[in-house]
Amino acid sequence: MHLSKRTLARTVISAAILAATTGFAFAEGTLKVGLLSILEGPFAVPGQDGIRGAELALKQKGGTAGGMKIQLISGSSDGNPDKAVAATRKLVEQDKVQIMIGPLSGDEGIAVKNYAKTQAGITFINGSSGAQAATLNDPSSNFFRFNTEGAQWMVGLGDHALSKGYKKMFLIAEDYGFPYSQVQGFMASYCAKGGKVLDKAWVPLGTKDYASVIAKIPKDVDALLVVLGGSDAVNFLTQYEQAGGTKPMVGGSITVDQTVLNYKGKRRESLVGTASAGPMADSLDTAEWKKFVADYKANFKDGFPSPSLFAYLYYINTKAALDGLDAVKGDLSGGQKKYREALQKTKFVGPAGEVVIDANRNGVGPTYITEVTKAADGSLFNKVVKTVPNVTQTLGLPEAEFKKMGLGTRDIPDCRK
Amino acid sequence: MSAAQWRRAMNTQSPGARVSVVTQAPARAPSTTASYDSAASYSPESTSRWSRAWSHVRWRHVLVILALLLYPVVASPFFTYQIAAQSMALGLIALSLTFLGGYGGMVSLSQMTVAGVSGYLIAIFGTSSMGAISLGWPWWLAVVFSVLISMVFATLVGWLSVRTEGIHTIMITLAIGVAFFYLTQQNYALFNGFQGFSKISAPIVGEVDFTDPVAFYFLSVGCALVAYWTVKYLVRAPFGMALQGIRDNPRRMNSLGFNVTAHRLAAHAFAGLLASVGGILLIWYNNRISPGSINTGALINILVIAVLGGMKHPIGAFIGALAFVLLQNFAIDLVDRQRFNLVIGGVFLLIVFFSPDGLLGLWQKLRTRWSSASADPRVRESRRV
Repeated sequence: MHLSKRTLARTVISAAILAATTGFAFAEGTLKVGLLSILEGPFAVPGQDGIRGAELALKQKGGTAGGMKIQLISGSSDGNPDKAVAATRKLVEQDKVQIMIGPLSGDEGIAVKNYAKTQAGITFINGSSGAQAATLNDPSSNFFRFNTEGAQWMVGLGDHALSKGYKKMFLIAEDYGFPYSQVQGFMASYCAKGGKVLDKAWVPLGTKDYASVIAKIPKDVDALLVVLGGSDAVNFLTQYEQAGGTKPMVGGSITVDQTVLNYKGKRRESLVGTASAGPMADSLDTAEWKKFVADYKANFKDGFPSPSLFAYLYYINTKAALDGLDAVKGDLSGGQKKYREALQKTKFVGPAGEVVIDANRNGVGPTYITEVTKAADGSLFNKVVKTVPNVTQTLGLPEAEFKKMGLGTRDIPDCRK
Repeated sequence: MSAAQWRRAMNTQSPGARVSVVTQAPARAPSTTASYDSAASYSPESTSRWSRAWSHVRWRHVLVILALLLYPVVASPFFTYQIAAQSMALGLIALSLTFLGGYGGMVSLSQMTVAGVSGYLIAIFGTSSMGAISLGWPWWLAVVFSVLISMVFATLVGWLSVRTEGIHTIMITLAIGVAFFYLTQQNYALFNGFQGFSKISAPIVGEVDFTDPVAFYFLSVGCALVAYWTVKYLVRAPFGMALQGIRDNPRRMNSLGFNVTAHRLAAHAFAGLLASVGGILLIWYNNRISPGSINTGALINILVIAVLGGMKHPIGAFIGALAFVLLQNFAIDLVDRQRFNLVIGGVFLLIVFFSPDGLLGLWQKLRTRWSSASADPRVRESRRV
């Protein structure tokens, strides 16, 4: 027993030494890039798909960019901003990465952006985080976000709801930064054009019981705006059905996903026609999207049937980072000045439309409005009904008007009466 | 003093002497003591006090202090800040649990909550990104009030839980921790809900900017050292002795005339002081606080740190914190990134499995094996202090 314990200790120690030394042994011409995602906790599955997206972008380039071999070093968070910053700090200060890609969720993005301010020599590129404030409030000159954010993803959906005759709505949304942004993106144009959101129900993330919310829904609303994600959406849907609810729904960007579409309840039929919006759609009919899906499927046998939103967002951000390296031929000298100039000029056609950034280094791109449709085999899917091109962070409003409104919170915007 | 030693001390003396140990105890504090009179009679009182203090300093203490002083010179800013300073802050919070659990026999899961209360109060009294809530007081005023209010909170938690034992204490304190988590998540007027507060930085005092990794390292090491010595002193002071007596046999201590509840409450208040200082360091370290910083996972982490290090000696909290922080940072480099939590969990399991007393217990076992087999077993036992 003593012997085995000692052997065990030796094995552990030698494994640790091995890991430590191999960490240092990298060839000349290798560039370290940090990749932060959520690999633990409730968002681990989407986080894993984000990593797939980033790896796909690198694989398409044969693992090199700007004449250097790219070594991706992963970091993990659990969705908590503290942990995201700790993992980023480890990658930057201990592993000495030159470029940092990540994080996944909104509040993490703001925290990493604040950390980026203390590391002027490193370039930070967003993963999939979509909080407005990361690039609107006090932006950092070395933090780039090539994707559009939560509010931009909902632009045009308000107009679409009005065109369907939904003049009065009731809101159910999770109580944190990302839904605030989504709701603002919807309400900005919806309220301006005469729509009314009679009341808002903000529920904590992971709410299981919606009875009190359902009881509060006024009789005279035309539709419900439901900005819930994953299991929250399914729980709400089930309970709303059991309570005898019949109002049509409008969903957020992560509301009407595969879990909802595979819903087997009696209201399944009534899901048809549910509108939602986002920066991509599974049913996009473009050559770029089809190639992206085919590449994803070929490379990741353990992946989803179709790349998720997170895979897509990590993909375009990583691709922009690598293309920038190609453009400067791997020259990161002078505090990465040339590299950042190249990033600013990024312009390519991604799987779901053109990728360009504005002066705050935030993405400007299309938003797709989709409706749940029944396919020939009886399954439900999100069909693209409208594309809104070139959505900016000011949601199509003049900048002064947007600033007057302020960023989305629980109370902004407001149009009860 | 370990539980075993205490029990032996209680049992080997005659009933009369047992009482006298306890009643004499208050007089043991610095100045005149019956037992020291013979030694101190021929030298001035002050000299004897100093020499007595010096006699407690061992070469290993000097070595540790030197190592702590030189550490930032050799280590990178990352190791100074993220590893060492964070370990000290977490270690302080774990130390409060070690004190309560190891010496008071009360395992409280709400120590991270106490730290969270002081962290939130720093954000509310001081400056943060939420200008509408934060009052913008100077840092020292915010610190004083945060610590005081957190101590009151810790005492209230103690007041609710001291009349319970074992698993019931754990349940009550866990419930308080979870309730506070939900309060911060759902209250917007005071705690700013899910997003909490950010942009809370360590103060700049005169010429010293405590946001700098090295300065912050020394700040947290300083706090940790003071806390460590205070706990070491306290557990040998009359109050600590009585507390350990209460841990081992509350009924006997009660019949001897000790107020069991008052001692336990005072222990909670003191542990609250340690935890709130740790909480303030932790919020300065993270620059932010949100409900995620004090959720159930964070509460359990403190227990893991305390158990990992070993609860028989105050140093265990810091050793546990260091091991915990190292694992959290570097486990992902050891194995596949999808499985790194397995390493963390596996190491905890191994340590607890092979040594119920944590890393300190492992160290103790090694020392016992190294020391000569002929050594008196009681000598070995006494080294455990």
